[in-house]
Amino acid sequence: MVMKVHGSVLSTAAMRVLIALNEKGLEFEFVPVDMRAGEHKKEHFLALNPFGQVPAFEDGDLKLFESRAITQYIANVYKDKGTPLVCEGKPMATLGVWMEVEAHQFDPVGSKLQWELLFKPMFGMATDAAVVEENEAKLAKVLDIYEARLSQSKYLGCDCFTLADLHHLPALTNLMASPVKKLFDARPKVSAWVADIMARPALAKVLAMRNQQ
Amino acid sequence: MVMKVHGSVLSTAAMRVLIVLNEKGLEFEFVPVDMRAGEHKKEHFLALNPFGQVPAFEDGDLKLFESRAITQYIANVYKDKGTPLVCEGKPMATLGVWMEVEAHQFDPVGSKLQWELLFKPMFGMATDAAVVEENEAKLAKVLDIYEARLSQSKYLGCDCFTLADLHHLPVLTNLMGTHVKKLFDARPKVSAWVADIMARPALAKVLAMRNQQ
Repeated sequence: MVMKVHGSVLSTAAMRVLIALNEKGLEFEFVPVDMRAGEHKKEHFLALNPFGQVPAFEDGDLKLFESRAITQYIANVYKDKGTPLVCEGKPMATLGVWMEVEAHQFDPVGSKLQWELLFKPMFGMATDAAVVEENEAKLAKVLDIYEARLSQSKYLGCDCFTLADLHHLPALTNLMASPVKKLFDARPKVSAWVADIMARPALAKVLAMRNQQ
Repeated sequence: MVMKVHGSVLSTAAMRVLIVLNEKGLEFEFVPVDMRAGEHKKEHFLALNPFGQVPAFEDGDLKLFESRAITQYIANVYKDKGTPLVCEGKPMATLGVWMEVEAHQFDPVGSKLQWELLFKPMFGMATDAAVVEENEAKLAKVLDIYEARLSQSKYLGCDCFTLADLHHLPVLTNLMGTHVKKLFDARPKVSAWVADIMARPALAKVLAMRNQQ
């Protein structure tokens, strides 16, 4: 029975899981959830994720939700397939730190900026310039710390590409297509890191999938 | 060389780490950080956590930050000491889900409520009743999902006490001292779970430590 990902191609959280599956070359079935029709708040979806959010994931009888729990499950259970996505031994703790950094320092700010600059216009709503300015300033501070980190380490968690880097990709894909791109371009190590991880074939496959839907 | 926790006894994030160390019966040194004097934004602390937040943690040469990365490090490296705090095998994935739930569904709402109801008055600032009302409504919805979960599982992650439960303790300790307590008391499974995990000796030790400082 093949793994299933329930989600929307526009969802950054669902993209996180799709990229991890592609990095590992794993077979899976993508089950679109019609969020505009409120499908994610209906009974049959709430049975998969009681919080009514995408993605939801099935591997046989195992049902999971929360994208970063799903990616870590995939990385651990399928550790011998495709890209490792984790570091073994002591750097495992440091990988954990930078996964938390993405979740608690980068993503809240990045999500607000994507919402204002990309999704609101898509839904015919007006961008709030004050919110954009406030969050650009916060993002700049986070990226200064990333610049220092990437001066000491090839990737965020350790010297190989891991979930700590991958988890940023969906938000980065959106932000690099917005004026916020300048914040990344202005910092040499960050800029090189972004270019490197966005060039990965697994991301290209997921974006191709998104363009077909 | 003994492990060090740099933090403040008022910090819910620092408490998360202190509770884990006590659950495992591990020796450690608590290094107070004077946040009122802005010590967490000074050079020597930024060397431990470039984001200028408590806690920071040292185990020999290893320096970590982000409380949930630290607790997971301790639980993994010292897995044979004291309370296991993790589940082995398949439920590991489900534990991961509920750790993400605490971080992304419970904590943002709980943190806003403790800020309005406890910290703002402590710092001579006025509570915003609209923010309290909005977040109580959100918390009620989260707790309805917890009620359903705890009707199927003794603890959130699986049938034993794990990090998924423990990570809630600092915020719970604060919220159960406010009128928000009623939301927990109104749900039988949630209420029993709160009483059970708040009765653990490790928490009592950390609260005693807090009262001495």
